[in-house]
Amino acid sequence: MKELLQRLEYRFDVSDIVQKRENQTFLTIDKKHTISLITHLRDIENFSHFVLLTAVDWIEDNLFQLTYILHNPEVNIDIAIRTMISRDNPEMDSAHHLWEQVATYQRELKEMFGINFPGSPGVNDSFILEGWDDIPPYRRDFDTKKYTEETYFPRPGRQTNDPAEYMKNKLYPNG
Amino acid sequence: MSEINNKNTSGIEKDKFFAPENEKRTVTAPDGQIIEIDPLNDYFCGDAPRVHKPHKNKLFESFLNWARAESIWVLGFGTGCGSIELYPLLTPRFDAYRFGIQMAPTPRQSSLMIISGYLSVKTLKRVVRSYEQMQNPKFVMGLGSCTINGGMYWDSYNTINRLDYYLPVDTYIAGCMPRPEALLAGFNHLKKAIKEGKGEGANKYAENFEWYKANQKKIIKDWNMPDYNW
Repeated sequence: MKELLQRLEYRFDVSDIVQKRENQTFLTIDKKHTISLITHLRDIENFSHFVLLTAVDWIEDNLFQLTYILHNPEVNIDIAIRTMISRDNPEMDSAHHLWEQVATYQRELKEMFGINFPGSPGVNDSFILEGWDDIPPYRRDFDTKKYTEETYFPRPGRQTNDPAEYMKNKLYPNG
Repeated sequence: MSEINNKNTSGIEKDKFFAPENEKRTVTAPDGQIIEIDPLNDYFCGDAPRVHKPHKNKLFESFLNWARAESIWVLGFGTGCGSIELYPLLTPRFDAYRFGIQMAPTPRQSSLMIISGYLSVKTLKRVVRSYEQMQNPKFVMGLGSCTINGGMYWDSYNTINRLDYYLPVDTYIAGCMPRPEALLAGFNHLKKAIKEGKGEGANKYAENFEWYKANQKKIIKDWNMPDYNW
């Protein structure tokens, strides 16, 4: 693992290297060099298994974080590549040419976060939300509760009790 | 194929969600005859559902209701996690068959639709299509608290809260998830209701058709199917 990270640091401008587990490391790289790092890992370092691609919405910093996790089955090592993209124009280079299944992840991110991957096959087709016309629901400025109350006819009468308060009132009604 | 599509849709403003299989087209039949197909008019019945009143003879109607209650065929359509609870019913331990309950593979041969658990908008579209294809009399059972008030998905962006706004529900079974015993109790409750002549869900749907359609269309935004899918 150490040697691999040294090799990567020598070749690429990676930062924030955090070893989360013995065989799993997170590292950050800028948007421009992400795909070349992934290609390098796949073709030269034998990371042949694409585990997942997901996104995090850092609304305070006006950024989306994309996380690509790759796995090397020969030595059982995971590498997670984080890259930050702007929230104003969320667009990322597609990686579908490396693994076919990446296109599905990218299609999901397009729908759920509104991150565009130009050139990815079927990226504009609806994935789960058919005919969605609001802002993408996984963005943190999307208010799920408000949307539900306006759309789905909530049943009246739903109330919640704080358990501690409820038991206190029940056991010691006089305070 | 693309030429045909262009010819038929030119000059008409195209619906964004119009399904390509519903487009008008000309097809050459195996015997060489050229026929025009307009799927929305040819494949579907455009009429809204009609109310089927109970038989005038009460004794005969009660016999019919007995027969309906004793042979409930369940559409094998699992919409959510609750469908896992359905399969033990068919095993020797719970043996739903002794109550006259069995699974049916197609909507047109089944009389009971079980909405098993949470119902997303995408599934609701398929559920509406399947429900409307079922023949009268037909019953709907809401399984789990998700169909009653949304359950643990009550503030989800993509799951409905109340099933009775979209389909006429005959029985609810509370729980998350209800055990197979609760399901059997629910079946018995439904059978009792049918025998008392209260299983009028299909008529309720026909009477309030416009209200149900308005609710369904409010959330199914890509309504690229006919209004009534008989």
